[in-house]
Amino acid sequence: MTIEARYTLYHPKWYRRPVSVWWWLSSWRYMKFVLRELTSLPVAIFSLLTLWQVRSLANGPEAYARFETWMSSPLALALNVVIFVAVLFHTQTWFLAAPKAMEVRLSGKRVPDLLIIVSNYIGWGVVSAVVAWFWLGR
Amino acid sequence: MLKKMTPLLWFLFSAGGTVAALLFPLHVLVTGLLIPMGWIDVPGYDSMVSLVSHPLARAYLFVLISLPLFHGAHRFRYTLYDGLKLKHLHIPIVLICYGSALTGTVAAAFFLWNFS
Repeated sequence: MTIEARYTLYHPKWYRRPVSVWWWLSSWRYMKFVLRELTSLPVAIFSLLTLWQVRSLANGPEAYARFETWMSSPLALALNVVIFVAVLFHTQTWFLAAPKAMEVRLSGKRVPDLLIIVSNYIGWGVVSAVVAWFWLGR
Repeated sequence: MLKKMTPLLWFLFSAGGTVAALLFPLHVLVTGLLIPMGWIDVPGYDSMVSLVSHPLARAYLFVLISLPLFHGAHRFRYTLYDGLKLKHLHIPIVLICYGSALTGTVAAAFFLWNFS
């Protein structure tokens, strides 16, 4: 009896059971992981929107008016709602991962995860308030 | 060369992720939702220009645009590898992801540097 082994490019010596491209649909945990990773797209898209805003500011009032008109179109509003939800999800998961990414020690003792997460949220609030004040509060 | 760059790319990923986590919710809320829906007074063209004319505001905007672009590029690269099992296409993926982030960064530097 011969067994046909399927070799893949990166592990030429192992037989690995092929995994479907849709592996992450099989459980909510996997799906949440992929959704978290996919927040990369809305984040990048918003960077590009900001870039476009800067460009239209540099190009004069008419260009900026075009930017504002497009931003209030239904398509742009729907896109921005999606971006907003994705960005909040990114913030929440980013803070949640912070204690795992970096271990903080104070006088030899490990700072509890919850403390790191909470201080991230406090920092977020402070930074947002400061930026909002400079931007809108004058 | 990509191997040598890996620590830098991970640094940009985490710096950009932190910038996006701390600053993007406010910016999306104000620029993307509140102003277009008319729920707050629009900082008009002139006031936006005078704000962006300040060198610190321009440095801020450069960081706000560039770092999250690299964060997104890096994360999306690995999403394509793992999520869609496209690791065998890593050369075009790397070129497209970081290439777009780099293009956006250069464009941001150009517009912000020449802003007056």
